[in-house]
Amino acid sequence: MKTRYTFGGDEHIFVEMDEEMSLDAFFKSLSMTNAVRAAQIDGVTEVCPANASFQVKFDPDRIKPDDMLAELKALEAVAEKAEKRLNTRIIEIPVFYQDPWTHETLMRFRERHQDPEGTDLDYAARINGYDSAADFITAHHSSPWFVSMVGFVAGLPFLYQLVERERQLEVPKYLRPRTDTPKQTVGYGGCFSCIYSVRGAGGYQMFGITPMTIYDPAQTTSYLRDFMVFFSPGDIVKWKPIDRTEYDATLADVEANRYEPLIKEVAFDLTAFNADIDGYNAKLMEALHGV
Amino acid sequence: MAFKVVNPGLLSTVQDLGRPGYFHLGIPISGAMDRFALRAANLMVGNDEGAAALECVFLGPQLEFESDATVAVTGADMPARVDGEEKPGWTAFKVRAGQLLTFDYLKAGARIYIAISGGIATPPALGSRSTYPIGALGGVEGRPLAVGDIVPLGEGGGAAEGRSVPEALRRMPGAPAELRVLPGLYWRLITEQSGQNFFDDEWKVAPEADRMGYRFRGGRPIEFEAREQPFGAGSDPSNIVDGCYPYGSIQVPGGTEPIVLHRDAVSGGGYFTLGAVISADMDFIGQLQPHTATRFVRVDMAAALEARKERRLLLEKVRAALS
Repeated sequence: MKTRYTFGGDEHIFVEMDEEMSLDAFFKSLSMTNAVRAAQIDGVTEVCPANASFQVKFDPDRIKPDDMLAELKALEAVAEKAEKRLNTRIIEIPVFYQDPWTHETLMRFRERHQDPEGTDLDYAARINGYDSAADFITAHHSSPWFVSMVGFVAGLPFLYQLVERERQLEVPKYLRPRTDTPKQTVGYGGCFSCIYSVRGAGGYQMFGITPMTIYDPAQTTSYLRDFMVFFSPGDIVKWKPIDRTEYDATLADVEANRYEPLIKEVAFDLTAFNADIDGYNAKLMEALHGV
Repeated sequence: MAFKVVNPGLLSTVQDLGRPGYFHLGIPISGAMDRFALRAANLMVGNDEGAAALECVFLGPQLEFESDATVAVTGADMPARVDGEEKPGWTAFKVRAGQLLTFDYLKAGARIYIAISGGIATPPALGSRSTYPIGALGGVEGRPLAVGDIVPLGEGGGAAEGRSVPEALRRMPGAPAELRVLPGLYWRLITEQSGQNFFDDEWKVAPEADRMGYRFRGGRPIEFEAREQPFGAGSDPSNIVDGCYPYGSIQVPGGTEPIVLHRDAVSGGGYFTLGAVISADMDFIGQLQPHTATRFVRVDMAAALEARKERRLLLEKVRAALS
């Protein structure tokens, strides 16, 4: 991992921990952004962690760009010593795979897809070596995921699969982005899953939909009264496959402001995770469901 | 204290100086695309520089005032009329209760800013009144103005009529428009020749130009240095592991059409960026019409900071002229 610093115009510094995605790169980015926030550098206006990089926005009238760069570089040593552990939460997110709404949308934009004859799931299954969409769906929901970035549009989480790299699913984005994606679509691009927080443009493959609102500017949803955005970087997610009946029932609960997602407090330790991935994930599942 | 929207024009939104502090959650800075014009308009009517005003693109609205107010229109050249009587741009004028504010056709530029004494008093969301329609935040119910909206105004009778920004201090893009760019970010992914072409070629603003970003067409495609794509980035050479996008950064999806990200842009994504338009030139972008010939001009950080200083001095002159 070689850190790369670069200016984004005269108001931003972009710091790439690594070109490729890994949890090590994410943790280093998280540690550095924590260090930048703690340092309370005069002139810093935004600190934004991403998957394997982060960005700092600053006011060059208050701090010279070269001085800002020197401040960040000085914090890198601090971040490297930080322990790769965080106290977070694991959340169960219900997903209705192969739902009619994303299906209608993916058929509408078929000419923008790598495989105009099939569906996004059939294509993803085939290029990842699965015999059927059902097997691919099982691979998608049988291990937990890690929120490594929130962004693109308001409250959209990027999720990274907590398995060895050889087992990670990878799919390209659409050849040309769609102009429409249903709200709460569960998508996939590169090595990341995502949930589209609002309806709109998008380039990720579409696999299903969750009945859970994850962005609510009115803050009436039962679990979004404190803040309108549900996800934070570091959250751990377990997808729960549901059918149409459960989707409808859950959606009705969400809309009636009485749905309470299954959430448990957990700690995540990267070193312990890397030492025994399956064993660590089993413990996360125990924490979620109780033993 | 309010006005009624008789006709919203093409796309009119409430904007102030924006909503910093939430970019890490995907909520963009928003706010006026031409902040200089917004500040100048507010100063003329006696508001705080960052008070909420209207940003209207290409076509003016028709507004019926329910109370007396001082109004100033800046930015694009689009003559205002009060009950049919023409009013000069960049100059404060009075509108009486019951009078109708309308606009002629656009003559130059793209966006007007209408500041009204007291400022627009819609409820702030996350510290700003700026409208971010994708996230349904700010403005009137999180959306652009619609027919019949009653838009509340703050208290304050406003400044006297006739305060004006001296002509020499009004700013509009030249022709062809020049946008100064600091190469950086993922510049290293493209070939040296492509980088040179980007600055040599003449581009034109594409019809897809809005508050999220301005797309440009007409230059040669970008070519990438051969490399193995990093894990997690995706297979196209223009793909990167999804990261943050700076305000003003220039992405070129598929290497074909550069997009300069603006106030309501997505906060991040998986396309490489080759640098960013310098902060001093971002306001100009909001005044570019589709098909405007545009050149990107390579600058270094010293030039970017010098240009920023010039913009600041210009604003200070406007403040002095109106104090």
